[in-house]
Amino acid sequence: MTAMVAPGQAPDLREPKGWRRSKNRIMTTLMVVAFVLTIIPLGFVLFTVIAKGASIISWQFLTGSPIPPNVLPAGIGGLWPAVLGTLLITGLATLMAVPLGVLGAIYLNEYGGKGWLAALIGFMSDVMTGVPSIVMGLFIFSIWVLHFGYSGLAGAFALGCLMLPVVIRSSYEMLRLVPDPLREASYALGATKSRVTVTVVLPAAIGGIVSGALLAIARAAGETAPLLFTILTVTTANPNVFSGPNTSLPSQIFSNATQPYVGAQDRGWGAALTLIVICFILMIAARVVTARFTRYSR
Amino acid sequence: MEQPEQNVAAQTETTTELPKPAALQDMQPSDVPVSGPTVFETKNVSIYYGSFRAVTDVSLAIHENEITAFIGPSGCGKTTVLRTLNRMNDLVPGARVEGEVHYRGASLYASGVSPISVRRRIGMVFQKPNPFPKSIYDNVAYGPRINGIRNKAKLDEIVEKSLHQAALWDEVKNRLNKSGLGLSGGQAQRLCIARTLAVEPDVVLMDEPCSALDPIATGRIEDLMRDIRSQYTIVIVTHNMQQATRVSDRTAFYSVLRDEKSDTRTGVLVEYGRTAQIFEDPQDSRTQAYVTGRMG
Amino acid sequence: MKADPAGTAGSAPLSQRRPLGDRGFQILALASGLLVLVILVLIAVSTSQQAASWFSSEGLKIFTNNWDTANNHFGALSFIFGTALTALIAILIAVPVSVGIALLLTEVVSYRWSRPIVYVVDLLAVIPSVVWGLWGILVFAPWVQHIYASIASGVNGVPVLGALFGPPTSGASFFTCGIILAFMITPIVTSLSREVIATVPQIDKEGAYALGATRWEMITGAVWPHSQGGVVGAVLLGLGRAMGETIAAALVIGSAANVITTHLFVPGYNMPAVIANQFGEASGTFRSALMGLGVLLFIFTIIINVLARGIVERSARRKRGA
Repeated sequence: MTAMVAPGQAPDLREPKGWRRSKNRIMTTLMVVAFVLTIIPLGFVLFTVIAKGASIISWQFLTGSPIPPNVLPAGIGGLWPAVLGTLLITGLATLMAVPLGVLGAIYLNEYGGKGWLAALIGFMSDVMTGVPSIVMGLFIFSIWVLHFGYSGLAGAFALGCLMLPVVIRSSYEMLRLVPDPLREASYALGATKSRVTVTVVLPAAIGGIVSGALLAIARAAGETAPLLFTILTVTTANPNVFSGPNTSLPSQIFSNATQPYVGAQDRGWGAALTLIVICFILMIAARVVTARFTRYSR
Repeated sequence: MEQPEQNVAAQTETTTELPKPAALQDMQPSDVPVSGPTVFETKNVSIYYGSFRAVTDVSLAIHENEITAFIGPSGCGKTTVLRTLNRMNDLVPGARVEGEVHYRGASLYASGVSPISVRRRIGMVFQKPNPFPKSIYDNVAYGPRINGIRNKAKLDEIVEKSLHQAALWDEVKNRLNKSGLGLSGGQAQRLCIARTLAVEPDVVLMDEPCSALDPIATGRIEDLMRDIRSQYTIVIVTHNMQQATRVSDRTAFYSVLRDEKSDTRTGVLVEYGRTAQIFEDPQDSRTQAYVTGRMG
Repeated sequence: MKADPAGTAGSAPLSQRRPLGDRGFQILALASGLLVLVILVLIAVSTSQQAASWFSSEGLKIFTNNWDTANNHFGALSFIFGTALTALIAILIAVPVSVGIALLLTEVVSYRWSRPIVYVVDLLAVIPSVVWGLWGILVFAPWVQHIYASIASGVNGVPVLGALFGPPTSGASFFTCGIILAFMITPIVTSLSREVIATVPQIDKEGAYALGATRWEMITGAVWPHSQGGVVGAVLLGLGRAMGETIAAALVIGSAANVITTHLFVPGYNMPAVIANQFGEASGTFRSALMGLGVLLFIFTIIINVLARGIVERSARRKRGA
């Protein structure tokens, strides 16, 4: 391993011989393969959903009602009950989870500071993001449905519990980025803490908060398990979200997936495409909000 | 390996960007050893980051078994030039070198040259000590291991020798298995030096190695440099002029050229020569201003 | 804690106490934060209550492999086994892939190329679980069945491989479930690993390169020692997610109870899947048993998540202090 060069001879600066270069190349190739291994299923799924779902989707499909029995082919009836259900239930869940989540994040960042309670809440909030969605469904079943019956509201509670810790975490990260001098300037003008938070800090962080909320909504819209035991799955539209069983796009997909009838499967693909489009739109909206409206980022 | 006749010509390397003519004779006090062969030779080297010219037109020669110091104010490009000597600038996206850089006769930036081979021969010690989060032993053994040495006895020998050379052996010989992160600043830097020496390089580049250390630790590293000079060629970037006078044989002074039109600053080599001459009899007024403390 | 000039020090000479609205807002914020703790406690309490009759009637027999709803036997061992097995398969597939992508993003590709790669991984995360399940059972399972059959006939009789991959085979099986779960947890493990790996100081990497290391040698020498803690945490989080994933599992796992085996290509069941599929028709002790499985699932995932977050916190703290 001597580096001393023989006098009069220029040093050999080419690649060291042997396995080092090959090992490096192999590892880099493996990393690229890892990425390709994710493109393949992604492409496969998207391709299938679009191919099979596109032919089903039509205005009639999205707005027709009620959802026909499984034996019937796809042209009859429509999925409106499911679309309505998704909109109403996810919307209600959002109305509950987002304000509470933002307030929780405000507590953690503005009031809690380094205290033990804030640390505990922050930690447990992160742990709560790992609670399986089906457990949330079982929880709401035990505590609400057994007493008040199935309803869209119960489903919204379950989805809300799923969304809450996600909104807390993302809002907290955004609030943290708002620089202190902004708060201090407002205090110096004699504002109370709540006023400072609501009129200065929140607007400064609003882009990131909205973006995080949109992603939480996208996740909730696609959830099935929490709705299984809270809304049941029916085939007629139920605009009253506070009473009576309901349905949603993911619920319909789930019940159709195990059906042997072509019509049911077709409806399943159509619903899947609709659901994916909704989630994508929300994801893109989140990115746009981040790009255009976020003032402070990492 | 001493060829005095050749070197009379080689040691007159000095450049300046001022309109004044450049050629200068080095003074050669009788107690300074005659220069060895040239290890590095740069000709009109300019370094760009993208379209920004960070350093312009550097030409100098580094001699074997000497300690050469790069001094100058902040932003004058001395670290950039240093990193060019072991192709560390390759790690910066958009970095580009124009001109020629020769290492013992071979062009460093020719096609087919592997930066890995370059860096094994030309090691580097950084400003902030950066031991790996591994044991002291594994830190020093890392270099030999990636070069294929697996034999435990041989590795033990190399680790001990390198730690001796870095004047760290006595302090850590009983805790080679402890983490390298648990050392004090000065010890950690000596560990990094031991790690660099373990691959038996030809040249050791040092980028302000003492700037994060206290004076006692600094002194130990300067002693170390003098001790190993006979086996290695050392180039050191330093902010500390006293340090340059204490350890170096030759000194290169860099400064900043400001372009009024585009409001950019470009580094430039102002003067290069024996340390005694640079500090006692600088030929360029900018050198004189810097070494007498009027600027920088 | 932030400097709080409007705080409750109570020394303001111009007013006796803070305005009511200000105090009210603080209480509201605190209550919202506490909601997290309240919900977690309520989950534990209410589901355990519902599961009580299962625990009391079966006692330790809940850990036997005897799920027979017709005869009121509710031994759930096969579901616990299935959860562990499918989660393990998912981790074994997803972790190398996720860490590979994370390294690709942080060490190999330039910034320009990293953004499309991140987009692709995010797209993977946006696909709802039920769509994975639909595709899984209607498209993937029938297709992969053929592959299983060829592998099975190939290794039939071979000592270890035959036990794992030998016949019988079925499209909807433990292994298929594991694969689909792997697809689903890859985004989270990738993004967390990437966050961890990105915190490795640049100067450590330069130190390795300066010794003449190739990129892979730099990764093993400088990056990995720094990030191993965080990556372990990320893997645990992925594990927790894989264990709790319900709908995709319910559709592709094969819905066969009482299956404990080494054969990976056979239909089976796991905890979330059986709850999802059978809850609708359940009542009495049966329903209580399914609730009980939910309780077990809750406990397991809480433990794993606490461990995971703890590990990630600790390695982040050590880095800041080191």
